Amino acid sequence: MSAPLMEFRGVSRRYGQGEAEVRALDQVDLTIRAGEFVAIMGPSGSGKSTAMNIIGCLDRPSAGDYLFQGTEVGRWSQDARALLRREFLGFVFQGFNLLPRTTALENVELPMIYKGIPRPERIARARQALARVGLAGREGHDPSQLSGGQQQRVAIARALAGNPKVILADEPTGNLDTQRSREIMALLTDLNREGITIVMVTHEEDMARHARRLIVFVDGHLARDQAQEATPC
Amino acid sequence: MLTETLRLAVQAIRRNLMRSLLTVLGVVIGVAAVIAMVTVGQGSSAQVTAEVESLGSNLVILRPGKQSMGPPSARDSAPAFRLADVAALQGLSSVAYAVPIVSSTQTVIFGNANVTTTITGTSVDYLALGGWTLQHGRAFTDSEDRAGTPACLLGETVRAALFGQSDPTGDTIRVKSLSCTVIGTLAPKGASTMGQDQDDTVLMPVRAVQRRLAGSAEVASVSIGLKSGVSTTRGIRDITALMSERRRIALGQEDDFSVFDLKQIATALSGVSAVLTGLLSAVAAVSLLVGGIGIMNIMLVSVTERTREIGIRLSVGATAAQVLLQFLVEAVVLSLAGGLLGILLGLGLAALAAGIMGIPFLPSLPVIALAFAFSAVVGVIFGYFPARRAARLDPIEALRHQ
Repeated sequence: MSAPLMEFRGVSRRYGQGEAEVRALDQVDLTIRAGEFVAIMGPSGSGKSTAMNIIGCLDRPSAGDYLFQGTEVGRWSQDARALLRREFLGFVFQGFNLLPRTTALENVELPMIYKGIPRPERIARARQALARVGLAGREGHDPSQLSGGQQQRVAIARALAGNPKVILADEPTGNLDTQRSREIMALLTDLNREGITIVMVTHEEDMARHARRLIVFVDGHLARDQAQEATPC
Repeated sequence: MLTETLRLAVQAIRRNLMRSLLTVLGVVIGVAAVIAMVTVGQGSSAQVTAEVESLGSNLVILRPGKQSMGPPSARDSAPAFRLADVAALQGLSSVAYAVPIVSSTQTVIFGNANVTTTITGTSVDYLALGGWTLQHGRAFTDSEDRAGTPACLLGETVRAALFGQSDPTGDTIRVKSLSCTVIGTLAPKGASTMGQDQDDTVLMPVRAVQRRLAGSAEVASVSIGLKSGVSTTRGIRDITALMSERRRIALGQEDDFSVFDLKQIATALSGVSAVLTGLLSAVAAVSLLVGGIGIMNIMLVSVTERTREIGIRLSVGATAAQVLLQFLVEAVVLSLAGGLLGILLGLGLAALAAGIMGIPFLPSLPVIALAFAFSAVVGVIFGYFPARRAARLDPIEALRHQ
């Protein structure tokens, strides 16, 4: 078994003070290893999004440790975590979150700009990433000129372009019809086979079935954590 | 990194071209106003200086009464001059020309056409003194001058109003009851520094105006050209001495006449125009400030509107400093572009104004550089606050923003 890539040790996340305090996560222990394809499910308010934000280094635990590749990063500064995201993580969101009025190519270039990769290499890698998600020839299109499925592919290409170890997908198929959803899941499955760890939040059982491990959050606790046979796409 | 940031800024501005244009309008107007004011002001100062130099620095004007400047007023009880005074002045060793001036505003009639103009009774030396040349005909002769023959020279404006295209030499015009033969016309000179049409004039021998139009033997003022090589100070001293004697001013008593050096007038005029330029530029600078506040306002709106975009940038690994720099550079690029547009617009306006006012177009490089630098500073100052706000956004909140 491969080494732990991301590890929660008694992670809690509380919002608010005193009476109004909400425990979104309560002493959660969780280990995700390199190469896994994890689906996180749970009713709304169960803490799955909070867990995802902490995994993605967008948020910090109120208590407990979050280890990334064995290093405690949960208490790192905003900028340090930005550097970590830039280096190791790729994000895919439900709402695609592409920059409007910006071509697909420029959108994919974005993380590499902040990494300081020189422009010619950046463009080459962005083209490659777009080709990888099946959008060769659409480099000059604006998000508004692309279908939802295509927009999500651009978002995946953007996540890929930074050469991440992990892709964090937050309801990646939430805005797509069944056919497009399957295509996106097939793409994520392919990427996982190529060695990228994938952590996906979803509320659709159909989508969760494509993962090889299912985690269910209820009321800020891990209610279920089991390996499963991934349904082929 | 900076070139990337610059590219991003230009991209963001291009994405919102219309709003960007409106944002910088304040800066454009402010810079354009400053540039136009200063350029026109410098042009008119240069014009005054050039005109005075072309008159020769040796022109002085003698007027009755004690006053600093402006036309003689009725309150001046001091007696006017006589032609004998002019003759005496002409006799001074430092004086090249002493020319009597008697002006009268009259309606001049030829056939069906009439025009109201200033008739100046003077001597033939008036032409040499004022740098006038003839377009048609001839000047008055000495005998016409002495006899006060009603012979006149028309300025271009008057000639055009009465005669259209034709040469009026030999025709007879009428002023009140006086019939006057046109003996020639003056070559046009255009507007003076003060905006007066110098060609709106009719010249006649001084005695003709005195007897037939003014009805008195008075001379309102005397224009005096000093001989070259004679200093203005010496010329004024000679003239003052002569006139004090002729007008019997006792020692220690105040003179009842004044002698102006045109250079003094020019200096005063330039001073006035400099003060005006300064004032107007100050007003324009205020509008530049307002323009800067406009940029800040729109940048703040833009930060709010682009919260999600900022969230995306932060999530893909932009640091706070990178986001700050991006918005700051965007504000600076905006205001510099505004400054550049303003400079072009200001120079265009100044060139137009210079053309209309007949003054030289003198763009000043230091002022242009200053305006450019100032708009950059406006961008930094007014862009910093919105940029800092953008950089401090929480990525989760920002991503959730609709």
